[in-house]
Amino acid sequence: MKSYVLPDFNVTIDRETCTVCRGCVIQCTFNVYSFNKEKNRIDIDMNKCVDCQRCITFCPEDSITVTPTPIQYRQNASWSRENIRNIAKQAEAGGILLTGMGCDKPNFTYFDRLLLNASQVTNPSIDPIREPMELRTYLGSKPSLVNISSTGESLTDISLESPQLQVEIPILFSAMSFGSVNLNVQETLARTAVTSGTYFNVGEGGLNPKLNKYADHLVLQVASGRFGVHKGYLDAGAAVEIKIGQGAKPGIGGHLPGEKVTEEISATRMIPQGTDALSPAPHHDIYSIEDLSQLISAIKEATDYSKPVIVKIAAVHNSAAIASGIVRAGADIIAIDGMRGATGAAPQVIRDNVGIPIEMAIASVDSRLNQEGIRNKVSLIAGGGIRSSSDVVKAIALGADACYIATAALIAMGCTVCQKCYTGKCPWGIATMDPMISRRLNPDIAAKRVENLIRGWSLEIKEMLGGMGINSVESLRGNRHQLRGVGLTERELEILGIRMVGS
Amino acid sequence: MSAGSGKAYTIDAQGLDTRRLNQELRKIVNNGHREIELLNVTGQRYIAAGLKGDFQIDIDGTPGNDLGAFMDGPTIRVHGNGQDGYGNTMNSGEIVVQGDVGDITGLSARGGRIFVKGNAGYRTGVHMKEFQGSRPIIVIGGSAGDYLGEYMAGGVVLLLGQGLEGNHQADFVGTGMHGGVIYLKGEVRGIGREVAILDITEDDRRFIEELVKDYTKHFNVDVKNVAEGDFKKLIPVSSRPYGTLYTY
Repeated sequence: MKSYVLPDFNVTIDRETCTVCRGCVIQCTFNVYSFNKEKNRIDIDMNKCVDCQRCITFCPEDSITVTPTPIQYRQNASWSRENIRNIAKQAEAGGILLTGMGCDKPNFTYFDRLLLNASQVTNPSIDPIREPMELRTYLGSKPSLVNISSTGESLTDISLESPQLQVEIPILFSAMSFGSVNLNVQETLARTAVTSGTYFNVGEGGLNPKLNKYADHLVLQVASGRFGVHKGYLDAGAAVEIKIGQGAKPGIGGHLPGEKVTEEISATRMIPQGTDALSPAPHHDIYSIEDLSQLISAIKEATDYSKPVIVKIAAVHNSAAIASGIVRAGADIIAIDGMRGATGAAPQVIRDNVGIPIEMAIASVDSRLNQEGIRNKVSLIAGGGIRSSSDVVKAIALGADACYIATAALIAMGCTVCQKCYTGKCPWGIATMDPMISRRLNPDIAAKRVENLIRGWSLEIKEMLGGMGINSVESLRGNRHQLRGVGLTERELEILGIRMVGS
Repeated sequence: MSAGSGKAYTIDAQGLDTRRLNQELRKIVNNGHREIELLNVTGQRYIAAGLKGDFQIDIDGTPGNDLGAFMDGPTIRVHGNGQDGYGNTMNSGEIVVQGDVGDITGLSARGGRIFVKGNAGYRTGVHMKEFQGSRPIIVIGGSAGDYLGEYMAGGVVLLLGQGLEGNHQADFVGTGMHGGVIYLKGEVRGIGREVAILDITEDDRRFIEELVKDYTKHFNVDVKNVAEGDFKKLIPVSSRPYGTLYTY
């Protein structure tokens, strides 16, 4: 069948400057380039280009140009290029369209419509260079009452009832499983979690023994497939996360095709080689809040109440009510993943049309839990669309305790968001299990880059805090007075719990 | 609580909540006791959750949900009926229930064996999987409910159909199944699209007979009565049931 799908990108090589070094042939994992022996030049198959920019970055002569292809369909507001392409693709293959990374539609990003406050005369700002700024925060259930003796010592031992995760910065690395990313990526994040004083979530793909040395900085996930979940696994990390939903694909399960379940994946997930690794959306032992409570308790019993249990849900219409139930089910931390959250693979139609932005979800959950008087019983982690340090600060002001980041960390490593994670051919050596391509990511270099990002964001967060006259993350949490909305309706402002700019 | 007669250590569970009962249990296991007896158990959940090692627990009464969840090694005998989620994500060990059990027995178990004298509820063996040497086995004396072996990725479920009148009332058996095998005596109402019903082979019969021997030993019933009759097996058609779902 002849394909009616036109190429996305136009790839050209400047023949004047090209030295035919064949670097691009080696770099491109999608086989755009090939060496033509007879003509001694590089041939191009632009149909295969995903615009990952790897060839451009590594071309020693800067000879390569990649631009959106000039071949365009006739201008039409209803039938966009994407709509037409997708139909053509499905007409050829007849299946669900897959995609990688987060929602790329111009759906409201409320962060960009929120402005931070700054102290001027009436309240003093703080100079973060001279003054101590506290970015450390503790995640976990807090007691309703702390008894203090007359000599000032705490009579309530909060650590007994609820273990806490201590994070030096209010940023954690979100779940990325072995299989969706390779061990180099996991090791990079685990190592950075240690040096930056935070945690890396290994996702639902089991725990590779090579990560054991980072155990104190790992969050281990329990998803419906229960891959790699056993007593030793639950004991290995600092916290256990029950994954109910994911922002990129709320209500949708995970599915690693059998041909990707190699010997190493099989050993880590503890499943037979070559069989589909199915992780359906529902946990078959969870059909109610009471059932969720049971799994939380079973995990706590199995680990002797030594670590906090996180429940991760996707941001959906009734997140606030769901979160209230999750608190009552005994979770110590709730992670909420907004609709712009990324993934290695999701049905495109789900990624782009299901869920709500994290800003709305976190604000409504925080308000609801406050109203119900149970906000102290849980910490909130906001994830899914955190792109900058200002997003972190705004999420915390809207009610989060900390943020999960994933795509930002991958970009720090080299990812150019070409959105082809699901092909397993990631040219930057991230979302691939191919041993040769994986070697492109050097954990030593990558860890330094991610560490730098975290350091940069930490400094920026301190600057923003100082400007607001706040000296600790704890004082920022749910501090909506520090936010104003621009270009938002009254109802939107009301849900966010903030006021209009100028008021 | 007191040390019981003989070698067994006895815990009287009356008035103990789940958490305290498990604390006691962990304590005496850590103290090296290998035979433990729990008396007057009335619905306490998660008994022996996450316990590891080679020891046995005898339970008098009715333990609550998630008995032996994440367990790795112990033998638990329940002298009474059971409830939901027994052997949830179990790694190894044995659970023997003298009566009936509830739903999702052996959910996601990766190893170990579960013997139930009577019937089991819905979703027995759901998501069970096998890995290298471990192969979970569930033997149900009577019948089981819908979604038996749903999403099963490995392991064995054997339904003996003891005392069954007519067919098993189970529908959607083996839905999403992509590994393992279900043996059963008698007919089921319906099967999932992902499984096929086959006659058993000689090897299958020998394997079933071995399990039946263990069943009869555990429950003190007659071997012949249990082993006779026609067994069928349900196996997945493909290890890649959803291979053509996606467009790249």
